[in-house]
Amino acid sequence: MATRIDLEGLTVDYGGAPVVADLDLAVEPGTLVALLGPSGCGKSTTLRAVAGLLQPSRGDVRFDGRSVLGLPPERRPLAMVFQSPLLFPSMSIADNVGFGLRMQGVGRAERRRRSLEALERVQLPGVADRRPGQLSGGQEQRVSLARALVAQPQVLLLDEPFSALDAALRVEVRDLVAQLQREAGVTTLFVTHDQEEATVLADTVGLMLDGRLQQVGPPRAFYERPASLRVARFFGTANAFPGTVVGGTWRGPLGEVPVRAADGPGVLVVRQEAVRLVGADEDGVDGVVAATTFTGTAVQARVDCAGTQVALVVGATTPLAAGARVRVHVPPAHCTVVPPGS
Amino acid sequence: MRALARVVGLPLLLGGLLLPFVPLLLWSVARRYPYPALLPTERSSRPLGLLVDPQSEVLQGLVSSTVIALAVAAVASLVGLSAGRALGLHAFRGKRLVQFLLLAPVVVPGIAVTLGIQVFFIRYGLADTRRGVVLAHLIAAVPYVTLVMGSVYANLDTRIEEQARTLGAPPLQVLLRVTLPAVAPGLAVGALFAFLISWGEYVLTLLVGGGTVKTLPLLLYAYLGSTDTPVAAALAFALIVPPVLLLALTSRLLAGQDAPLAGFGRA
Repeated sequence: MATRIDLEGLTVDYGGAPVVADLDLAVEPGTLVALLGPSGCGKSTTLRAVAGLLQPSRGDVRFDGRSVLGLPPERRPLAMVFQSPLLFPSMSIADNVGFGLRMQGVGRAERRRRSLEALERVQLPGVADRRPGQLSGGQEQRVSLARALVAQPQVLLLDEPFSALDAALRVEVRDLVAQLQREAGVTTLFVTHDQEEATVLADTVGLMLDGRLQQVGPPRAFYERPASLRVARFFGTANAFPGTVVGGTWRGPLGEVPVRAADGPGVLVVRQEAVRLVGADEDGVDGVVAATTFTGTAVQARVDCAGTQVALVVGATTPLAAGARVRVHVPPAHCTVVPPGS
Repeated sequence: MRALARVVGLPLLLGGLLLPFVPLLLWSVARRYPYPALLPTERSSRPLGLLVDPQSEVLQGLVSSTVIALAVAAVASLVGLSAGRALGLHAFRGKRLVQFLLLAPVVVPGIAVTLGIQVFFIRYGLADTRRGVVLAHLIAAVPYVTLVMGSVYANLDTRIEEQARTLGAPPLQVLLRVTLPAVAPGLAVGALFAFLISWGEYVLTLLVGGGTVKTLPLLLYAYLGSTDTPVAAALAFALIVPPVLLLALTSRLLAGQDAPLAGFGRA
């Protein structure tokens, strides 16, 4: 039975401004929640508080409803994987993997058997008797993963576990983590600065900025329904148009768009992937292509619509050159209004 | 050019290092070795025999030196382990002052310090005892060990300790199974320094030991002043051989890729 994690009003300050402020987050049993944010936003601090590596100033960390604040890290039923593999240099790979079992008092033969099994699961058979330093960075990180999972922890904490790997390895290890996490059904809290990683891996994403949780929800919501301008910007939304909402209609430089938002000033946010080019007789706004960038798989374009810059993406095969006259359609279904200055 | 340096330079270097030991070796097996003779005219096993003769003060000196140097190495290692950790890993108020005080004995001659605190040594009954000598040697040895351990800890990724904690290891297990193995090579270097400092110490031993605690350097000095040059030569050997052996055994730790200190770069 997997464990549920609840963070309640978690606050960490080192005397000055809080690094983590009043954070509430629930991680449902067996799910993977990603804490996403730029470096210095407090996400790693949050993870360290869950691990017991630091004491929060206020608030609580609960596993299955019971506070674990009084427990030192070694008594919390969790395992953690850090950014670097951190293998113990004085031990063989098998002894590294078996370290957690040894601390639980599991006998030598049983430890060996389960360590070998765990190494198989991370697709590293036959390295058991090597030493750390004789493996590549990606292999070492997989050993680290095996070491964390071998003792079947109730909670898995991952602190940027892929960021030290190069691009190809990163995807490989990421997919392995996803697979192992599902197989083991272990409740996982995952810290990353990479929105793509969070999107691909997580059931639920929590975006942190300046020590505060900005938005929590399924990954898709961050693209389709950002809660604020900053959230939209963090997820790479390039289009934000200031305007005013009156009676369920946003009015601004792109004309009128029906939206679901309260009356008042509002910024219309729409992803560049959602903006479409349409024919001259269809609903839309006329403009001139200001610039195009070929990215290999697509073409990013900026269209000047009477002084307002609209960013959009078209397929790599679509002919589109600067100076071309086009008509741009912003589908209301993909638009969100966020408060100005949010 | 490099080949020439190797052909000429290396023998010169080795010769310069080893040549002074040749007369020592010859003297230590001599009974008579009058001036113009190239080799001793009469040989004897007496001087070297003294090194293993339980009745001789030479053996006692060897034992005394060894016990004191081991004790100094042990205590200095313990102090260096904790002080080095604090200085290498943590920022705290007054850190610069602590650093200065720790390193002061390197700058201030030990004799000045010892003269100053000898009153207390006498008051607490430490004068003329091995314990007192060990304490005095520690003044000289602790700064070096602390320096070494400070740099070892500064290079230690302490997340490895956190990793061990999250894998279920209580603090004592982390220390024994993770931290100590990781700093052990550096600690060995530090302990070696402490041993060598104590082993070769003369002035502090004389001041605090008051002639009662006779270590090898003290005996050597006494025999150098006498006419018994063969025994002095044997003593010099006893003084030189253990450190050289220790260095040979630990040279791997002082240089090379995996050395705990930058040392002299790659071997």
